[in-house]
Amino acid sequence: MTGYHFAFLDENSKREIRRALLKAVALPGYQVPFASREMPVARGWGTGGLQVTLSLVGKEDIIKVIDQGSDESVNAVSIKNLIQRTTGIAVTDKTSVATLIQSRHRIPEVELREDQILVLQVPIPEPLREIEPSEYVTRRLHADKEYSGVWLMLFEQIMKHGHMATGADHPVLVYGRYVMAPSPIPRFDNPKLNMNRALILLGAGREKRIYAVPPYTKVESLAFLDHPFTVEDQEGKSCRLCGATGVFLDEIIDEETQFVSYQCNDTSYCLQRLNKEL
Amino acid sequence: MGYVAVKGGLAAIEASIQRLRYERLKGRKVIEVETIKNTLRGLINRIMSEGSLYSRDLAALAIKQGEGNPEEATFLLRAYRSTLPRKYYSRVVLTKFMRFERRISAAFKDIPGGQILGATYDYTHRLLDFSLYEEKPADIEKWLEEFENNCPYQGESPLSSLPKVVDYLRKEGLMAKIKEDDTEPLDVTRKSLEFPADRSERLQTLTRGETGAVTALGYAAIRGYGILHPTVGELRVGCVPVFIDYPLDDSKSEEEALYIGEIQVTEVETLFPHIREKEYGAQDLEFFLGYGLCFGQNETKAIAMSVLDYCLEKGPAGTPVSDEEFVLMHIDSVEATGFVSHLKLPHYVTFQSKLDRVRKTRKGEKGE
Repeated sequence: MTGYHFAFLDENSKREIRRALLKAVALPGYQVPFASREMPVARGWGTGGLQVTLSLVGKEDIIKVIDQGSDESVNAVSIKNLIQRTTGIAVTDKTSVATLIQSRHRIPEVELREDQILVLQVPIPEPLREIEPSEYVTRRLHADKEYSGVWLMLFEQIMKHGHMATGADHPVLVYGRYVMAPSPIPRFDNPKLNMNRALILLGAGREKRIYAVPPYTKVESLAFLDHPFTVEDQEGKSCRLCGATGVFLDEIIDEETQFVSYQCNDTSYCLQRLNKEL
Repeated sequence: MGYVAVKGGLAAIEASIQRLRYERLKGRKVIEVETIKNTLRGLINRIMSEGSLYSRDLAALAIKQGEGNPEEATFLLRAYRSTLPRKYYSRVVLTKFMRFERRISAAFKDIPGGQILGATYDYTHRLLDFSLYEEKPADIEKWLEEFENNCPYQGESPLSSLPKVVDYLRKEGLMAKIKEDDTEPLDVTRKSLEFPADRSERLQTLTRGETGAVTALGYAAIRGYGILHPTVGELRVGCVPVFIDYPLDDSKSEEEALYIGEIQVTEVETLFPHIREKEYGAQDLEFFLGYGLCFGQNETKAIAMSVLDYCLEKGPAGTPVSDEEFVLMHIDSVEATGFVSHLKLPHYVTFQSKLDRVRKTRKGEKGE
């Protein structure tokens, strides 16, 4: 593509983002402000992740992009095309082959390695946003490690519903210091953040924040002793295609018979199992 | 010299108007209204929606006259609109009979009938296409011919009434069944808003609202000042038929109704998890609907409208976006730009008396 720099952003912008990333790695879970650029995709569609990816990508990298568990999802395809058009690097669907993985809403089922980086797109980086609309205030609360609001929110959910009613994006405590929004990954993926071997970077383009979970970092999902954290209940369900259990499943409804079945959400994982590659 | 109408005011105004005309013409280029109509689809849709007048021709004319300024074009269209007699009300427009151009769901992967992407900027990369500098009619012809030869669907869309995504949730009991309410809506162009407003008034005000303002408030609602993250159950863009009752017959029967044409609309149904109070203080979660509908393909606005519809209906008290007066009174383009720009008018008299007060207070302070 003519008229555009390698990986779209100019080198100074990329350096600036990498400096923010270093700070984020040094302070696990802390939201580092950065001068988020306007990107050729819409704000809120993964521009934070994209800026992180583009500032890291080198000519030798192999990129994988997933959206909601799928490599073929419209936004994943669009972002992958853009990265490829502006860098010319190789793309893959296979988690184990990728060096750099950009993802929306999922951590892949295949376990990550030390030589891989997972970039998560983040819509709302502020875990306290639901209880405090003002950014000025939430930043002070983080500084004071004042998290009673978020505990209270979970407590109120238990009082109202008998259990913590968070869907995806259940807040986590990183390295015993910062409460962090794990990007809207399902609760199912929260435990994967804990002591993960790969570097996990989280980019929020619209909100202009970058944060990180470095490899082998303790990440706990917030919970009470008598109300432990639980993942989505998929007991007794398995993938209708590859038979997998213990993975995150999508609910598929047959429009004619109204019959409900389940299928691996991570499509590349499912395909690899079907091809006997895993 | 002041610009109040003392002597010379008339001549000054006339010169200003000539100057304005000069600014539009000085490049010595003329854009045909027809060209605007065929190339500025996004702006046309927006102006029709805010102008609440469905006419691509008049919207194009207003855009030409307003030099592409949406605020000015909407103003022109609305002013023209008030000269039109109101002859008939249409029968209820049924969006289930939409001729689809686009239909997506962010809630379910496999919706009956499938996801239809249609024409959208969503999956394009916003990279400037420098080749457009050199676009020639011959190139267009060639491309069009190729496209039209390869296009599987010619003319009429093959799809007719598709089931609504929300019907599935209703069937499962996850959404409250709502009785269809076909009572005659109140007309905000014929009656001033009174609070609390009727839902029909809210929806009309939202759909006429300025795109940027509706989007900004909808954004505030999902970012932190209101509810968090709704899900777009279904977004549809397409044409719906409009019927009126046969004017010389009072029977109002469906068979007698006259088809008067179709309009393109964007319809959005957004899902919000909502707490339902049960007996003895127990609570239950269910989904509640936010609804957005506007003229033309106007997706961001329709989604933001659906967010605000929910906020006004069920939103948490104490946030600006669930304050009916705050939202409904401030999103109208003609009203907002009119009053803000009135600040340019001479305020000599009012300012003079304010000046007097300020001076007097100051003098009082010194005296002490």
